[in-house]
Amino acid sequence: MSSDTTGGGAPRTGATFGEDTIADARELIARYPQSRSALLPLLHLVQSVEGHVSQEGMAFCAQQLGLSEAEVAAVATFYTMYKRKPCGEHLVSVCTNTLCAAMGGDAIYKRLQEHLGSDGAPLGHEEVAGTPGESGSLMLEHAECLAACDLAPVLQVNYEYFDNQTEQSAVELVDALRRGDKPHPTRGAPLSDFKTVERRLAGLLPDDDDEFWTEVDGPSQAVETVRGAQLAADRNWTAPPAPEDVPMPEVEAK
Amino acid sequence: MSTSEKAPLTPVLTKRWLSPQSWRLETYEKLEGYTAVRKALSASPEQVIQMVKDAGLRGRGGAGFPAGVKWGFMPKNDDKPHYLVINADEGEPGTCKDIPLMMADPHALIEGCIIAAYAMRSHHCFIYVRGEALHPMRRLYAAVREAKQAGFLGHDILGSGFDLEITVHAGAGAYICGEETALLDSLEGRRGQPRLKPPFPAASGLYAAPTTVNNVETIATVPSIVNGGSEWFRAMGSEKSPGPKIYSVSGHVERPGQYEAPLGTTLRELLEMCGGMKDGVPLKFWTPGGSSTPLFTADHLDVPLDFEGAAEAGSMLGTTAVQVFNETVSVPWAVMKWTQFYEHESCGKCTPCREGTFWLAQVLERMVDGRGSEQDIDTLLDVCDNIGGRSFCALGDAAVSPIQSGIKYFRDEFLALCESNRPEAAGAAESPEPAQGSDSQAAQPVGAQA
Amino acid sequence: MTVAPEKSDVDVPEGYVKLTIDGEEVVAPQGELLIRTAERLGTVIPRFCDHPLLDPAGACRQCLVEVEMNGRPMPKPQASCTMTVADGMVVKTQVTSEVADKAQQGVMELLLINHPLDCPICDKGGECPLQNQAMAHGRADSRFVDKKRTFPKPLPISSQVLLDRERCVLCQRCTRFSDQIAGDPFIDLLERGAHQQIGTAETADVLDAASHTSSGQPFQSYFSGNTIQICPVGALTSAQYRFRSRPFDLVSTPSVCEHCSSGCAERTDFRRGKVMRKLAGEDPDVNEEWICDKGRFAFRYANAEQRIRRPLVRSAETGELEEVSWTEALRAAAAGLTKARDGKGVGVLPGGRVTIEDAYAYSKFARVALRTHDVDHRARAHSAEELDFLASRVARDGGPAGGGVTFADLESAPVALCVAFEPEEEAPAVFLRLRKGARTGDIKVVHIGQWSSPAVEKTFGELLACPPGGEADAVEGIAQHAPDLDEALCSAGAVVLVGERAAEVPGLPTALHRLAERTGARLAWIPRRAGERGAVEAGTLPTLLPGGRPVADADARAEVERHWGLEAGTLSAEPGRDVTGMLNAIVTRDLDGLLVGGVDLDDLPDPALARKAFDAAGFVVSLELLPSTVTPYADVVLPIAPVDEKGGTFVNWEGRRRPFTVTLDGTGALPDCRVLDTLGVEMDTDLFTQTPDAALGDLDRLPASSVRAAAPDHPSVAPPTPGPGQALLATWRQLIDDGSLQIDEPALAGTARRVVARMSQATADGLGDHVTVSTDRGSVTLPVEVTDLPDGVVWLPGNSPGSKLRATLGAGHGAVVDIAGGDR
Repeated sequence: MSSDTTGGGAPRTGATFGEDTIADARELIARYPQSRSALLPLLHLVQSVEGHVSQEGMAFCAQQLGLSEAEVAAVATFYTMYKRKPCGEHLVSVCTNTLCAAMGGDAIYKRLQEHLGSDGAPLGHEEVAGTPGESGSLMLEHAECLAACDLAPVLQVNYEYFDNQTEQSAVELVDALRRGDKPHPTRGAPLSDFKTVERRLAGLLPDDDDEFWTEVDGPSQAVETVRGAQLAADRNWTAPPAPEDVPMPEVEAK
Repeated sequence: MSTSEKAPLTPVLTKRWLSPQSWRLETYEKLEGYTAVRKALSASPEQVIQMVKDAGLRGRGGAGFPAGVKWGFMPKNDDKPHYLVINADEGEPGTCKDIPLMMADPHALIEGCIIAAYAMRSHHCFIYVRGEALHPMRRLYAAVREAKQAGFLGHDILGSGFDLEITVHAGAGAYICGEETALLDSLEGRRGQPRLKPPFPAASGLYAAPTTVNNVETIATVPSIVNGGSEWFRAMGSEKSPGPKIYSVSGHVERPGQYEAPLGTTLRELLEMCGGMKDGVPLKFWTPGGSSTPLFTADHLDVPLDFEGAAEAGSMLGTTAVQVFNETVSVPWAVMKWTQFYEHESCGKCTPCREGTFWLAQVLERMVDGRGSEQDIDTLLDVCDNIGGRSFCALGDAAVSPIQSGIKYFRDEFLALCESNRPEAAGAAESPEPAQGSDSQAAQPVGAQA
Repeated sequence: MTVAPEKSDVDVPEGYVKLTIDGEEVVAPQGELLIRTAERLGTVIPRFCDHPLLDPAGACRQCLVEVEMNGRPMPKPQASCTMTVADGMVVKTQVTSEVADKAQQGVMELLLINHPLDCPICDKGGECPLQNQAMAHGRADSRFVDKKRTFPKPLPISSQVLLDRERCVLCQRCTRFSDQIAGDPFIDLLERGAHQQIGTAETADVLDAASHTSSGQPFQSYFSGNTIQICPVGALTSAQYRFRSRPFDLVSTPSVCEHCSSGCAERTDFRRGKVMRKLAGEDPDVNEEWICDKGRFAFRYANAEQRIRRPLVRSAETGELEEVSWTEALRAAAAGLTKARDGKGVGVLPGGRVTIEDAYAYSKFARVALRTHDVDHRARAHSAEELDFLASRVARDGGPAGGGVTFADLESAPVALCVAFEPEEEAPAVFLRLRKGARTGDIKVVHIGQWSSPAVEKTFGELLACPPGGEADAVEGIAQHAPDLDEALCSAGAVVLVGERAAEVPGLPTALHRLAERTGARLAWIPRRAGERGAVEAGTLPTLLPGGRPVADADARAEVERHWGLEAGTLSAEPGRDVTGMLNAIVTRDLDGLLVGGVDLDDLPDPALARKAFDAAGFVVSLELLPSTVTPYADVVLPIAPVDEKGGTFVNWEGRRRPFTVTLDGTGALPDCRVLDTLGVEMDTDLFTQTPDAALGDLDRLPASSVRAAAPDHPSVAPPTPGPGQALLATWRQLIDDGSLQIDEPALAGTARRVVARMSQATADGLGDHVTVSTDRGSVTLPVEVTDLPDGVVWLPGNSPGSKLRATLGAGHGAVVDIAGGDR
């Protein structure tokens, strides 16, 4: 539906989203048989530009995809990763789902709330310490299971894993972030910022080959991840040896 | 060697994980990578499907549907495009197998995709990755790039005449997108809310075209089956649940981690490999396959963890996400946390799940806060009864399973929380100490900081 | 359950299945939903999200039943609104199944935990499905003792529709309607889980970066009122109706919409002599269950303060209109008309909003009392070619019974070609059917027009663009330039829909006639006004007598003379003048008087000529509801009844009669036919139209006639080539605009489409943000919106605020206008 023929105001997205962003959007749209599939990537792209999704960001997506703004709003407000107010340089997500919580995640979250709060008030869910747009600003959130339970309790900074956290290590981590430092994640690429990773989530990788592989080759082989494999290797346990040249089964031609 | 046939661990998917830069094409090819695809592409699609059927490979996403049968549902002689969609939206609490797999061995998934797509005559495959799984996504992008440069993807793969594109797609934070039809709606750029079935995806899936949705682990298993054959695969696991499976053991054990063992392995065996309970604190309850699978207790240490064994014992195999909790953890508290999760992740489409989880969470929060009554337990169970089997998709069923199983095995703990609110206890100066405290402070699991 | 198949005497025809519901065997068509089959058996399964005209959702889960297939019970209760019947199925509803009953009670309880107990102040109270079903199936008390979800109330989501999120049960009827039926997805689900809510981009909790307030699009749809009606709770309420009355205070009558030529069924609710609201009526053959917002909300004109309630006669002394008695007014009117008739004659302009009864009275009054064929209801652009077209192709096409195009045909036609017709603006119910056909069936919709209007997109249509005035050439070029379309038009069931704008394009009626003859496609003429089709049948045209009889035909005249008891030869063989002919004749003193119904001079092709003529007219009688542009020129004004205060019949574009009875009885307001009948008596003529029934009876007693008019045969004229600084004007009216029946409806006006000038980028280059479009009469300045028009064409809305083209420019579709950058 063309939203521009049916009323409403004039397009309001020109200033924030320039030609580069439009070109990025077109590239993403071209990856899909139907353009609407690019809506989630486009909302990530909007976050990579704005640091969150605004009305202008939704209007941009609507324009690029020929959707109504309500259709975009419906999607933008469904998914928790789309932030509706400016996020800060970093996003710190503490897993407080049951297992992490029992292993210390709840305590870590509470400690960070208090540590990052001001005037005696703890920092709330999706609230920002510091000023968005400035170095060291960060949004704190409690997250659902981050699929790293063997490394509990975990948190993520800009979706890079910081595993086996304690209250102390978490406080040190956010202090470093607030100072403008970028500690290396346990698993993930060298720490960048929220906007940069949102560009990755949109599906846009570094053009530069070295930069690309530096990100890709960031560590992942945690002790826990390879524990079973290591144990098997240590004990010389293997799957049954696979026979050579097993024929494909015969089937009647249809 | 003779011991290997009964080896407690059978690394197939995880066998490359120890190698340096295991995610690189170079490593993968050194370790048998992309040999299965050559074999598959020289056979017919029907032969590939038959091989997977013969192997008895069952879906690793939780439901356990036979993969070969699912592939066989795809229409044979139609002119619509076919789509293969990989469900990499790993989010079931406790589940942490696909994310390490995609990080450590993305090419196994890519090779599986090529074989599966070939078998189902699909030329476009989407890998829908949970948005928070950023690093796995990078590895997939890199793997797709490498595979394409090496001629394993794109036009006329390995001279077979078969074409395939793979698009890696990021989600944006919604557990419900793990439900396959919600995933398809999400992939189409919509709210991730489940679709009516029928029509099933094989008839009308992505863009209303025939579509198969498979879990990461399922597809990553396929190359090994094509190479090793169905008999080899069936040498592991049980008759109805063959093959190896990644058990993700987490929580209060000495050495949590990913353990790839034959289906049917028991918690007792897993605990032995994990070095037992952490600090020797005894086991209290555990999930066999994520929070959606009803809880087990220490009475279930010897339940064979395969699809049949878990079901017969009153739970489900799920994703083999074994979350282990020791005696310091309050069951009502854990159940409340999970219920809050389901409330947060309910998509909102249907009444029972949307309103029911909202209600359940409030009742549990009140109980854990020491403001519950015995009647609340009955209300909880009755509301569960009005959600389970009444909601649009399985999320409603999942949401009630911690509550129902928690009350089933640990009713006393729930009762103890209500103790101070019993009419006869109203005058008592101090309530008796329950297993885990009845005020908000005590609701924090003791020992959580250990 | 019975295992052995029992012998049954129930016959199962092909395409049907047999199943058992609550122990009763029932035969149902394949594909029928269980909830409907049960309903046919008399078992109403409670439901909220289910709506027969919307795609099944299965969202509310209120309609759960137990189902057994092949002797095996399904493990979970099933939603009967999504499951279709199957042979041998055994279904147990709440009537026979405890499981179903408990499941339904459980869902009801869950729906109520977050529903506010504000029924006493809720508009829906008393007609609320949730309230009714809670009373019937719910628990007496609530087990929910915790905190309810609350929202600020209410939120305007357009100027017409208010949203109260607390009351919403999230059945998604409104969002599915807007998306599926109207094609206006400006309202959607927002948020997730228990926070899920209905909303628009504007209400979404997403801030505008600059102003830190929400600024997205509101609910922009011509059909938004339907969402209020289908809301099963009081979540969506009407700004116009909110807190005005209670359902049990209202008296409801079935009625028919007076606005466009669709003839939608409506229900009019009134209280103490005042219409409080209009709702869509159900008529599967016409509007199904939907109406447009104009039909729903535009009715307060009838009770406007300025309404004329007493006859007025212009005082010879003061020159002012003064209230007089009916007797005096009729006497004055009769005297003036008689004098004018006996002078150079009187012309009759009934306007296009008449019922067929009133039209017949005008037609007969002209011929019998005024002895003239100078009668023409077309208060709009018109042509002699159109007269031929109406006489030969429309007047006697027989309607639905005679093989005419129907609404239903729009769902099954292989192709529908819209020519000079903008369905969403001109006949919204037609638009909805076209969209339905295109969305759920195989119908291909092709539009010959100037730009990809919303209707083109929402009918999944194809645009064959041509310059304004070039439509005739476009139609003639189909065989050569669009062979696929030509082939489709030749296939059985193809239809061509033409709008009243065709009259402005020389040669177009002829081209359409030839296209229909050549391809066999059926042609339907869809005028904008409710009375036009009936007026053609009633003979309010200079060339047509009632029943489609050509004035020029001697047998036709003889039939009418006999029926009316006139002496043979009374009716002239010479056709009368059309509207423009009459106005010119007044100016040249060849006509003395005018009898005028509901006509706005600014609707006429040349308002300046009209004013000149009315000024020059010796005697003017105006039959009107409200003061109009005619009133200043009137010597006598006779008040007439609005539709709510009279009975009558609109003939819709299909030719289907849409009778309606009096809603507000005893107001004393008289229908035109009664006024004309009495006026006739004053002039010693009996019309036999004292009541609508009598008028229609008189018309229907006219024997069938076999006389047919000649087909149009006029050449097409190539559109002029605009010079530098000029453009061709394309225009049509928007549904919600400055139309005279839309006064006093600010809520409705708030959802009008933006008033803009549309042109191609090339045409817009150098103009700036605004364009000034002018003729020697005047100019309008509007914001420019670049649209896919042919170069050198500018499109403006016809009668919207700031763009009243006839009045300001004296120009219409196809005219050459000057364009220049405009200051604003």
